[in-house]
Amino acid sequence: MPFTLRRRLRPAAATAVAVALGASTLAACGSSDDDSEEAQSGPVSLTYWTWAPGMDKVADIWNKGPGKKAQIKVVVKKQASGDTLVTKILTAAKAGKAPDLVQAEYQALATLVSNDVLADISGEVEGVDKEFAPGIWQQVTLGSDAVYAIPQDSAPMAFYYREDLFKKYGLEVPKTWDEFAETARQLKKKDPGKDLTTFSANDSGLFAGLAQQAGAKWWTVDGDKWKVGIDDAATQKVADFWGGLVEEDAIDNQPMYTPAWNKALNTGKQIAWVSAVWAPGTLTTAAPDTKGKWAMAPLPQWTEGESVTGSWGGSTIAVTNDSKNKAAAAKFSTWLNTDPEALAALVKEGGIYPAATAAQTGDALSQAPEFFSNQPDFYTEAAEIAKNTAPAAWGPNVNVAYTTFKDAFGKAAKNKSDFGAALTTMQDATVADLKKQGFEVAE
Amino acid sequence: MTSARRKTYGVKGAPYLFLLPATLLFALFFALPIGYALWLSLHKIEVKGLGLGKGARQETWAGLGNYADALSDPELLDGALRVLGYGAIVVPVMLGLALLFALMLDTDRVRLAPFSRLAIFLPYAIPGVIAALLWGFLYLPDLSPFHFVLDKLGLPQPDLLDGGPLYLSLSNIAVWGGTGFNMIVIYTSLRAIPAEVYEAARLDGCSQLQIALRIKIPMVAPSLVLTFFFSIIATLQVFSEPTTLRPLTNSLSTTWSPLMKVYQDAFGKGDTYSAAATAVIIAVVTLVLSFGFLRAANSRNKQEEAR
Repeated sequence: MPFTLRRRLRPAAATAVAVALGASTLAACGSSDDDSEEAQSGPVSLTYWTWAPGMDKVADIWNKGPGKKAQIKVVVKKQASGDTLVTKILTAAKAGKAPDLVQAEYQALATLVSNDVLADISGEVEGVDKEFAPGIWQQVTLGSDAVYAIPQDSAPMAFYYREDLFKKYGLEVPKTWDEFAETARQLKKKDPGKDLTTFSANDSGLFAGLAQQAGAKWWTVDGDKWKVGIDDAATQKVADFWGGLVEEDAIDNQPMYTPAWNKALNTGKQIAWVSAVWAPGTLTTAAPDTKGKWAMAPLPQWTEGESVTGSWGGSTIAVTNDSKNKAAAAKFSTWLNTDPEALAALVKEGGIYPAATAAQTGDALSQAPEFFSNQPDFYTEAAEIAKNTAPAAWGPNVNVAYTTFKDAFGKAAKNKSDFGAALTTMQDATVADLKKQGFEVAE
Repeated sequence: MTSARRKTYGVKGAPYLFLLPATLLFALFFALPIGYALWLSLHKIEVKGLGLGKGARQETWAGLGNYADALSDPELLDGALRVLGYGAIVVPVMLGLALLFALMLDTDRVRLAPFSRLAIFLPYAIPGVIAALLWGFLYLPDLSPFHFVLDKLGLPQPDLLDGGPLYLSLSNIAVWGGTGFNMIVIYTSLRAIPAEVYEAARLDGCSQLQIALRIKIPMVAPSLVLTFFFSIIATLQVFSEPTTLRPLTNSLSTTWSPLMKVYQDAFGKGDTYSAAATAVIIAVVTLVLSFGFLRAANSRNKQEEAR
C-alpha cells in the first residue's frame, strides 16, 4: 500500500510465467549434491532477498560470527514486500538466476513450489521442526515429507481496541463474535458518528485469518486432486457475520490503509481493529497521536470459552533450486530463525514476531512495544494467544482467490449486499482458475 | 572496368549498411518483444495432477484459445465501456480547454502570458501517479477540503469516489494533467500563423472573436487532429490513475480498465499467456481506432482542399 508502512507481508501475487525449469535446477540429488559439497569446502557467498527492515544488520552478526567460522558470507538484497517479490522470484527462477535465499509468505509457498522454485531442504534441517508449533511447521512442508522453508515470523491475530474510549462509552471487551456485534451496535447508539471498526475488502489476508479461526480449510489435497473449500460452512459463517454488520450499518465499509482510515484511527472515529501481532508497527505510523491508548485482547470467539485464533501474514525463509550452495543456505536460514542471538536481533532490528516457540517467551520479547507501553505484558499475552493458532491450508493459486476477494467483497461492501454471493464468486473463480491451468480438482 | 564495378557494388551496399543499425534496433527492441508477446499469447501452461514438484508444469500450444477467452470475458468488455465513458468526458473537455487557453494566450491583450503559459503547463510535469495520489487525498470524504466546505455550508456532500462522480473525479485528474501539454501544441501552431493573415483579416474588419473562429481554429486544425489522436491513445491506455486510486475505494475493481486487467492477469494471477492475448487485442483496437480517425481526418482535409 502506498500510504502506510506495513511490516506485515502482503498477499502473494503471481504465478508468473512457469516453464518447467529443467536440468539446471536439480534439487537434492546426484551431481548438484556434489557441487554443493565442493562449494562448501571453499568460502561461499549467498544472496538473500528480503523486505524485512534491518536484515542487513542481522546478516552482519552472522558474517562476523558463525558465518566467518563456516566461511559462508550472506549478502542481503533489500526487496519490495510480499506480492511483488513473488513475481520477481518467479521471473528470476525462469531465467535460472534466483538468489540463494528468499523471503516468502506462508501462502506463497505452494505457488513457488508448484513453479519448482524452492528446494526441498529436509535433509539439511533435521530436528528443526521441534523449534516451531506444529501448525506453523505444517505450512512449510505443505503436508508432505519435504521441507520448503524455515518459518521466520508468525502473525497470530488479536483484537485491538482503544482502552480509553471503551471506558468512556461504557463498552466491554467482546469475548465472542456475538458480543462483538453487540458492542458495535451499542457504540452506534451512543455516538452514531463513531464506528467500532471497518470491514475492509482490500486485504484478503485478514478475511483468510478470520476464516481460519472459524475452522475453514480453503485448499486441501484429496488423493491426487485439489479440493477448494472457500465457500465452506465456516467461511460462510464469517462472511455472513461481517456482511450483516455492514448491511445494518453497525460498522464502516471503507477500506483500510487509506489516509482516511489513518485519520479515523488517529482521531478515534474508529475505536477498534481486528489485527495481528504486528499491529503496533502499523498503528505507530497510522495513528501516532493514540500512543499508549490502545490495548490488545484475544480475538472474539465463535464458541464461548474457546481460545482459537487465525493468522494474518507471517513469512518464511526458503532456499531456491537455483542456489549452488543449498546446504550452506539451509544452514543460514536455520541459524537466522532458531538461534537465540539471531532471534533477538530479528526482534530488535526487524521488529519481527518470531515464529520459533522459544523466542516468543524469551528475553527478546520481554519488553512490550513502545506504542503499547501501557500494556507491559503485551508479548506474554501474545504468546498465550499464539498457542492456539488454527492451521492454515494454502493452495497453488492463493493469488487468484485473493484478487477475486478484493473485487467481489469490495463490491459487496460498497453495495452493502450479500457477502455470501461474493464468497461464491471467490470459490468459483478459484476453482475455474485451477481447472484452466490443468489441476485436478475434486468437486 | 573492374574498379568501376566495385564502386557500383559499394554504392549499392551502402544503403543497407546505413540501414543496419536502425533495423537492428527495431528488431531487438520492437519486433522481438512484440513477437514474443504474440508467441506467449498462443501458448498456455498445463499442470499435471497436484502441480507440486518437478515437471508438473508444461507450456503447451493454446492456439487462439487465449483470444477466445479474452474476447468472451465480460469483464474486458465492461472495462472497455468504462474507459469509453471516461474518454467521452476527458477528450472533449481537455481539448476544449486547451484550445480555449491557447486562443486566449494568443490574443494581443493578454498580460503575464509567459507566467500563465507555465502555470497551465505545470501540471503536465507532475507524474501521473503523484497527481492521482494528490487528487485522491482531496477526494476522500474525511480529508477533503471540498467536503469540509460543503459540510460547513450545509450542502450535500457527494461521494467523489463512487458511481457517476467517480468518472468525473478520474477525468478531472486527466484533464488537469493533460490540458497544459495540448495547449502548448495548439499554441505553438497558432504562433506559426503568419502575421499578414491577421493583418488582412483586420483590414477586412474582422473582430478578435471572428479571427479566432474563422481563421485561427481552421488553421490549427492539423494540430487539433494530432492532439485528438494522442488523447485517444492516452485514454485507451488509462492505468496509473485508477490503479493509484483503487486502494482508496471499493468502487474501483482491479480490472476497471482493460490495461488494469492485463496487469492483474500477468502479475496478480500470474497468467502471462492470457495477459499477452488481451494486450494484443488492446493494441489492435488502439491501432484501428487511432489510425481510423487519422485517415478520416486526412480524407476530409483532402476533400476540403479539392474544393
